[in-house]
Amino acid sequence: MKNIALLFCGILFTIAFSYTGVILASQLQFGSLLQTTAELDEDGKQMEGDPLFPRRESGIALQGKQVYIELGCIYCHSQQIRREGFGADIDRGWGLRATVARDYIMQDRVLLGTMRTGPDLAHVGGRFAGDGGREWHHQHLYNPQLTSKGSIMPPYPFLYEVREIEGEPSPEAVKIPADSPYSPKTGYEVIPTRRAVALVEYLLSLKVDYSLPEAPILDQ
Amino acid sequence: MNASATDNARQPSIPYTTEITSQRAELSEIDQSIRSASLFFTVSAVIWLLLGTVFALIAAIKMHNPEFLAGFEAATFGRVRSAHLNAVALGWSNNVIYGLCLWIMARLCRSPIRHGGLLIIAGVFWNLGVSLGIFGILRGDLTSVEWLEVPVYATPLLAISYILIGVWGIIAFRFRRGDHVYVSQWYFLAGLFWFPWIYVVAVLMILWAPAQGVVQSVVNWWFGHNALGLWYTPMALGAAYYLIPKVLGRPIYSYYLSVLGFWSLALFYNWAGIHHIIGGPVPVWLVSAGIVASVMMVVPVVVVGINHHLSIVGLHKEGWRSPTIRFVVFGAINYTLVSLIGSAMSLRDVNLITHFTHFTVGHAHHGVYAFFTMIMFGGIYYMMPRMLHREWPSAKLIQIHFWASGIGILIMVIALQVGGWYQGLAMNNAEIPFLEIVQNTLPWLKARSVSGVLITIGHFAFAINFFWMLFAAGAVRAKSGPTLLVSTSGKEAAG
Repeated sequence: MKNIALLFCGILFTIAFSYTGVILASQLQFGSLLQTTAELDEDGKQMEGDPLFPRRESGIALQGKQVYIELGCIYCHSQQIRREGFGADIDRGWGLRATVARDYIMQDRVLLGTMRTGPDLAHVGGRFAGDGGREWHHQHLYNPQLTSKGSIMPPYPFLYEVREIEGEPSPEAVKIPADSPYSPKTGYEVIPTRRAVALVEYLLSLKVDYSLPEAPILDQ
Repeated sequence: MNASATDNARQPSIPYTTEITSQRAELSEIDQSIRSASLFFTVSAVIWLLLGTVFALIAAIKMHNPEFLAGFEAATFGRVRSAHLNAVALGWSNNVIYGLCLWIMARLCRSPIRHGGLLIIAGVFWNLGVSLGIFGILRGDLTSVEWLEVPVYATPLLAISYILIGVWGIIAFRFRRGDHVYVSQWYFLAGLFWFPWIYVVAVLMILWAPAQGVVQSVVNWWFGHNALGLWYTPMALGAAYYLIPKVLGRPIYSYYLSVLGFWSLALFYNWAGIHHIIGGPVPVWLVSAGIVASVMMVVPVVVVGINHHLSIVGLHKEGWRSPTIRFVVFGAINYTLVSLIGSAMSLRDVNLITHFTHFTVGHAHHGVYAFFTMIMFGGIYYMMPRMLHREWPSAKLIQIHFWASGIGILIMVIALQVGGWYQGLAMNNAEIPFLEIVQNTLPWLKARSVSGVLITIGHFAFAINFFWMLFAAGAVRAKSGPTLLVSTSGKEAAG
């Protein structure tokens, strides 16, 4: 090739073309979505007084998200639910509806993920909720074999402190059956560190349990 | 043969082997100008390759043996696999590109590198950036953004030192002699411009000033896929286009196929990355555009495949003897295979099965290792004797390297893709409990660890040979004639 100007322009054009088509077009089409109510009125306006979705993340959940990022959970767990009929996400009970672009607008870092060595977590807070869910997550994080025999998720012992029971056992302690091979020595208990507490609160906060105008939860 | 004979007359004498003394002297002068810098980059690359391999092996074992090193936070799976990815991507791959491709660029431009010392300083900063990045990842500062795990604080160092290094290729191009620009130069020039563009846009829109919501994911995969398509791929193809005619002593089969292959790659690869979020929460038009581009990638792949194949055909015996050609041909064949599989994976019906599974992991290694890395190995086998004016000490170690790496990567790709296919089929059937699927992937994951051991053996054989040559013992110094892989004919060729 002898026409250097053409070569040069072609190199710049091809990258500028995809930058415009993929990045700028995305930014324009869905780069500044707003929170909205679950349903809109006849004029397409938000319902006065209804709560706005998606919800803002709470402080402790955000701290937990940082732990999730630091440990690289994304490399085995996605956070996106595909529509009914495309994969078995909804049939497996991983979510109530497909996630859409607006579900992610409150997140500073989006953790869609591309791998499901473990299950999807977009709606894990809906699957394991309340005190029961909290207890399940702590057992599972301390050692996944406690709740999910045969799992290949690594245990996270460094998120917990095994310490001697002084006086009364702590109410914070992770409940581990005494006959389990993973239970601490007698006289010892497993206490979640701050990071474990935050991480579990984050997991409990992951819920797509609300409708959006473009993605309603349909009654079964 | 007739077609190539006429091409022969039309094409300039560079890049294939010349007997003309003045041209050899000129090449020798160019080699001298970039020698220290290239050696610095190549040594760094080999060290990162070994480190990256160790991280990979740990991650692979943890996958089927979760208790392994479970007590060490720095070695948790999410971190050690990210350390692996960045050590081999930024440490090995980028360094070897700087070492090998800048050298080829300088040779093709017939332009000695001026002020090579400054290039080394830029290289030191690059390697400091990578070290800081890997340290940060293990420490827990990783970003959890795929292909961009390096902590935010290391990114400016990487971006700036990249530009300081890449600009040398462009300067060499600016001061080139002769009016013909060879196909390798198009690929190198393009890659040198594309990579900083995609990298800066990605860190800007994801880390420094995050875009809203899933726009980040779109940027992420535009970058992640283009890092392969617009950086590693053009650099490896450019190297192959240089090495094949150089070693075999005859020109590339068709100039026109080269042109078609280059421009169709430039146009289509750019758009393909969105196939990583098929089914995801992004507009369908965007995904469809990504699928169209991915399928259109068949054009450059088939064109380049034909061109490379017809350049080698008839010279298989010579090729098999040459370490360079053996590795490069292995890489070129796998470029065709991995790209065709990749195009198929982008189809919605196939993606439905392969997405979110080990199939994709296998595919990534197929591309970056079986294609890119094998061609780079071939390039190093070609470059080092010309840089050091001594031969590779051991043909046996080269054999071990080739077979261990080659068989290793094939086992890995087959294990992960077969295992991943079953995993995907099962995941799409809600009747099958998730833990049962996990259990069924175990044999395939163990096979991956076995392949990892083989590849590790290959890398150590390579590294031993490499450092043995670098710090040559007396016997190596005295050796004359190229190190070839078939001993009987090797003696003839030595004359």
